[in-house]
Amino acid sequence: MSNRHPEIALPEPDLKRQLRRRTRRDFLISGLAAVGAISGYEWLQHSEEDNGEPVAERRVLEFNRKLAHRYVSDAHLMPTYSKDQIQYLKPNGNVGVDSPLDLNAWKVQVKTDTGRETLDLSLADIKALPRVEMITRFCCIEGWSVVTQWAGARFSDFTKKYFPPGQALPQYVYMATPDEDYYVGLDTKSAMHPQTLLAYEHNGKSLEVEHGAPLRLAIPVKYGIKNIKRIGIIQYTDKRPSDYWYEDGYDWFAGL
Amino acid sequence: MPKLKLKHLAAIRWFHWINFPLLTLMIWSGLLIYWAYPIYSIGPIHFPQWVFRVLSMNNRLADGMAMHFFFMWLFVINGILYVVYTFVSGEWRLLVPRSRETFRDAWYVVLHDLHLRKDQPCQDKYNAAQQVSYSAIILMGIGSVVSGLAIYKPAQLSWLATLLGGYPSARLIHFLLTIGYCLFFVVHVVQVILAGWNNFRSMVIGYELVEDHE
Repeated sequence: MSNRHPEIALPEPDLKRQLRRRTRRDFLISGLAAVGAISGYEWLQHSEEDNGEPVAERRVLEFNRKLAHRYVSDAHLMPTYSKDQIQYLKPNGNVGVDSPLDLNAWKVQVKTDTGRETLDLSLADIKALPRVEMITRFCCIEGWSVVTQWAGARFSDFTKKYFPPGQALPQYVYMATPDEDYYVGLDTKSAMHPQTLLAYEHNGKSLEVEHGAPLRLAIPVKYGIKNIKRIGIIQYTDKRPSDYWYEDGYDWFAGL
Repeated sequence: MPKLKLKHLAAIRWFHWINFPLLTLMIWSGLLIYWAYPIYSIGPIHFPQWVFRVLSMNNRLADGMAMHFFFMWLFVINGILYVVYTFVSGEWRLLVPRSRETFRDAWYVVLHDLHLRKDQPCQDKYNAAQQVSYSAIILMGIGSVVSGLAIYKPAQLSWLATLLGGYPSARLIHFLLTIGYCLFFVVHVVQVILAGWNNFRSMVIGYELVEDHE
C-alpha cells in the first residue's frame, strides 16, 4: 500500500475497504510513534543526571560548548556604550560575599599548577597594571541585562605579568571567593578575551561591597553568574574546574 | 464515483507531526526560561503567574535552558528538512504566494470563513489564506532561529543582536514570535475541526476521499 499513487479509483466497496485499511494502519503507526516519542521524553526526564540535568542533555550542552568555544575570538566583542546609557545594576546574589571582609588585609592568591609557589597579590599590584575602562552590557542568566561601566586590569595583562613566562597556558582558569563559597570555572580563551577585566571600579567609583569589593571579574562574554565578586583565589589549571551554578544544573560554559 | 486522492506527501506529514511535539517542547522550555524574568505585558496584562504555579514551572530556569539548547537542534533540523523537501518535491509551488492577488484572496478567505462574504476565491490544494499563513510560519521559524541566536550569543554574534535592535529587542522579538505560534495553533486547530474528519485524516494517511466529477 504505497503512497505513490496520486489517485486510487476502485469500485465503491473496495474503495471503502481500502480507506479503512489505510486509516487503521496509519493511525496505528501514528499512535506507536506518539507512544515512542512520549516514552523517549519520559526516559530523558527520568534518566541519570549529571550535575542536575539529564546526561543526554549535558552531552548536547557539551557539544554546544565545543562549537561555541571554537568560535570565541578576541575579535568578537560585546558592543560598548556611552556614559549616558549606563543603567542601574542591581546586586544579585551574595554567596561568598556576605561575610565581613577587611579590605586592607585582602590579598588574592594566584596559583599556576606549574610547581611555582602561590603568589599573594594586593590591590596595588592589580592597579599597577594598565587601567582599562569599558561600558558594556551585563547579561544575567535570568534574562535581564543592563549597561554598566567597569574599570580594572585586563586579565590578559595580569596573566602576562604573573603567569610564569615560557610555560604553556593551561586550558582553564578557576576563580573563587576567599572562603570558596562561590567559585567559577572559565575557559582560558574567554578569560584572555580583551573585554575580560579584573575590575576594581564600577560606574566611575571604587567597587561597592555588594558588587564584589575590592576585586571582581567583569567578563561580558559570559553570563553574570561567571562575573565572580570578591576574588580571593585565581588558579590556572588543566583540569576543568567546577562551578557553583554548574553544579545546580546550569551550563558550564555559559558563554555569550 | 468517489475515489482516494493523494493530498499530503508522506515526508510532509512526518515533518508536520514531528514538528508539533518539538515546537511544544521549545515553547515549554522557553516558558521555563521566561519564568525567571517575565516582564512583558500589554498594558496591565502580564503572563499569568498562576500558570507557572499550576504547571510546576517555578525555579526551573536551568532545566529550561538545558532542554531548550537540546531540542533546538531537532527543531531546526526538522525545519530545514521540511523547507528543503518542499523545494525538491515542488510542493513549494502550492504553498508560496506567487502574486499580489494571493494576499487579496487570503483576505477574502478570511471574510468568507467569518461568514462576511458568500463566495470563496478559487483555490488549488491550499487556499490563499493557507498559502499566506503556511509561508509566514516558515518565515517566523527563521525569525525565531535568528533572534534566538542573537540572544544566545550576543557577544560572538553581536552583529545579529544589533541587526534586531539590540539584545533586549531581540529577546522581545523571540518572545513575540512564540506568541505568534500560539495564535497560529489556535486558528489552525479551529480550522481543522471545521474542515472535518476527511481533511484531518488526510494529514495522517495522506489520502482524501473525493467525489470524481470527471
